Amino acid sequence: MTVTNHNWRKFKNAFMQTLTCVCAVLVVLPLVLVFYHLIRQGFTSLNWAFFTQLPKAVGEKGGGMANAIVGTFVLMGQAALLGVPVGVLGGVYLSEYGTSRLNWWIRFAADILNGVPSITWGVVVYGLMVVPMHGSSALAGGVVLGLMMIPLVMRTTEEVLQLVPGGYREAALALGISKWRIIVQIVLRTASKGIVTGVLLALARVAGETAPLLFTAFGNLGWAHSLKEPIAAIPLLIFNYAISPYDDWHRQAWAGALVLLLLVLFLNIGVRFLTRSKFSARGT
Amino acid sequence: MTFNSFFTNPQQGSPVKVESGVAAATAFDIRSLNLWFGSHQVLFDVSLQIPVRAVTAIIGPSGCGKSTLLRSLNRMHDLVPSARMEGRITLFGEDLYSKKIDPTLVRRRIGMVFQKSNPFPTMSIAENVTVGLRLNGMRKSDLLQERLETSLRMAALWDEVKDRLNAPAISLSGGQQQRLCIARALAVKPEVLLMDEPASALDPIATAHIEDLILDLKKEFTIVIVTHNMQQAARISEHTAFFYLGKLVEFDTTTKIFTTPAQKQTEDYVTGRFG
Amino acid sequence: MTETAPINTTPAVSHLGDRIFKWLTLLMALAIFVLIALIGFELAQGAGPAIHKFGWHFLVSSDWDPVNDLYGALPFIFGTVVSSLIALIIAVPISVATAVYLTELAPLWLRQPLIMFIELLAAIPSVILGFWGLFILVPWLHLHLYPALRTTLGFLPFFKGTDYGPCMLAVSREILRSVPGLQREAAYALGATRWEVTRIAVLSYAKNGIFGAVILGLGRALGETMAVTMVIGNSPQITKSLFDPDSTLASWIANQFSEAIGDLFYSSLFELGLVLLGVTVLVNIVAQLLLKTFAGPGVKPQS
Repeated sequence: MTVTNHNWRKFKNAFMQTLTCVCAVLVVLPLVLVFYHLIRQGFTSLNWAFFTQLPKAVGEKGGGMANAIVGTFVLMGQAALLGVPVGVLGGVYLSEYGTSRLNWWIRFAADILNGVPSITWGVVVYGLMVVPMHGSSALAGGVVLGLMMIPLVMRTTEEVLQLVPGGYREAALALGISKWRIIVQIVLRTASKGIVTGVLLALARVAGETAPLLFTAFGNLGWAHSLKEPIAAIPLLIFNYAISPYDDWHRQAWAGALVLLLLVLFLNIGVRFLTRSKFSARGT
Repeated sequence: MTFNSFFTNPQQGSPVKVESGVAAATAFDIRSLNLWFGSHQVLFDVSLQIPVRAVTAIIGPSGCGKSTLLRSLNRMHDLVPSARMEGRITLFGEDLYSKKIDPTLVRRRIGMVFQKSNPFPTMSIAENVTVGLRLNGMRKSDLLQERLETSLRMAALWDEVKDRLNAPAISLSGGQQQRLCIARALAVKPEVLLMDEPASALDPIATAHIEDLILDLKKEFTIVIVTHNMQQAARISEHTAFFYLGKLVEFDTTTKIFTTPAQKQTEDYVTGRFG
Repeated sequence: MTETAPINTTPAVSHLGDRIFKWLTLLMALAIFVLIALIGFELAQGAGPAIHKFGWHFLVSSDWDPVNDLYGALPFIFGTVVSSLIALIIAVPISVATAVYLTELAPLWLRQPLIMFIELLAAIPSVILGFWGLFILVPWLHLHLYPALRTTLGFLPFFKGTDYGPCMLAVSREILRSVPGLQREAAYALGATRWEVTRIAVLSYAKNGIFGAVILGLGRALGETMAVTMVIGNSPQITKSLFDPDSTLASWIANQFSEAIGDLFYSSLFELGLVLLGVTVLVNIVAQLLLKTFAGPGVKPQS
């Protein structure tokens, strides 16, 4: 009896191990495949022209994504200008001030905001900015991405600040330093790596967003000469090229997707190096 | 009992007389201090006068309110929303909790050293020492340099770090970090130094350094030290206050407390029958 | 000489700098509420004309006729709910199994790298997944999987002319994004029940966190736009087969917005947005309440 029972348990164990391992592989497989195809199809299109030229007219071969690459950075810059101050300062309030009741509601609301679909954000800023301004603009695109960053950066900043040991605040307090200076020059400084991590991850997230840009930044086959004009962005270009019937645009979309993926991965991996070095230097 | 210098009934709140021969002006005058955290009372009608330029030790078993009392001296409880106090605390005659007084100024006059040394991790040794000055507006680099050296010398750390003042503060050993914290507290030229079990996390050698340091510092500063180490209290303090369960049981010269205490509870504690 | 006057212990805000800073940070934190109000207001205002014209009928009507200015949300509500549910039904067991593998069964040297790797996967932008799906996955399915399935399981009703690309894409997306949170929940539960041997104990301790994380995943799936949009064929009808994941609210808005003409068309799209918002917010509230009340630290704000 016990022998068969033991064998059955061994079998069950082995079965569960294989099953979960298979699941893990299934999960990991998509990225590997995506990366593989992106490199295979897109790498060859990554030439100098791709990075420096504008898209050619519909149907013509050649051209590049220079405007989209610059556009993505312009949008990210604007998003950071809006999202970082509001998010970080709001996170400071949540961590260092406030009553527990108010803070609970703010946190709850921020978490809900983080779950709002990105397309909804696009529709909202459309009504907010595109309609009154009578047209799409880079500014609207920057605003929508910045608004999306706010709840994200706020929560990560709060989390990071909470990790700063209370002992530092106490010591600074006992020295007779005023509270705002304690927060700005000691607490924020101690938590700076974590805050930068949070900001970069949020930027990586909005860099890849397409839906909210569809009706705000809209896209542009040339350069945007002011923030009031529509602007190109890599995700938008990928989308528009992908659903078009032109092979050459498909080819370029592969390259654009590769560039975008590299950008996002670079930010994510870079962030992990930032946080990792904090530990290895101490030798914990 | 034949002496006229013991504190018998906590309820009476009569002022404390110190044994004759030691003329002591008062630094802190604590009158009928009661403290609650929420509905939980932690200090019961504490009245105590801390003498100036001497070391006063506060001893007692865990949870008796020693640290709470210490922190009420430099208004650290201001930041605890549930803290509620009654009574009066004055420093050299000034009411510390008067509405006219700015708490941050109070805290600049009173330095504090904590149980766990906490030099600011993003700053160098020099930056740590001068942080209290710089963040309160002092800019003159020669003045800062002078205070830096003076404070580090007073904390008996100068010789060990003078060649690496720009090294990160956390590269120092535990004992050195604690002396750095003392230097940091001294740099703002406080009148009083509060120490909350400053050596409890240190090895015996580092502890000895700190104790020697305290014996040196008391020539210039009033020091109040909370310690759970009775031998330490006996070694370094002139006066000792024994607390139990939030009440001040006895306050007298250290010799008296440890040789012929007036209260039975005190005697039980110092002889190790409980605690 | 006892004085029992209460002592003033209110925090010092007498410094101008302290006061300014406190109000500044408060203002920024309150921006959250401003944003919520903004979203609600804009959507309600934009959807006004459609609400006025159609009323509740909008939610149950299947017409989408720009020529005659008749709009209804039912196909999209249906499509959204169905595709999200299918995505979740498939994704949840796989995510949980992966999380279990990560927390308990994977060799120690592999755990941290694998977790990091999976977190990187979650960061892949939707548009790239959609693009890959459109150009690689769907053709492959049509070329290899569907014929194979048709010959072996063709008698089953749900293989007739339906496209599983979008569904599978949404599935893998949700899997990728759920696993880190689930792994954290499991690790937390494992740490909390360190001295218990049975797996049952770990899973039951973690199940509230898992449940909350799953519902969060549902919230994300509901709003998934790009991957689905690119791969799906957009046709606003409820098809006979229950397993046909047609147009979703999000992808329909994405597709139609630039082609919309006329106030009522736009307004109807806004109302679709309002419906989508309502559904996702509701789901998110449930998920957050579950996580905050019962679970461990598991799901981080990035979800």
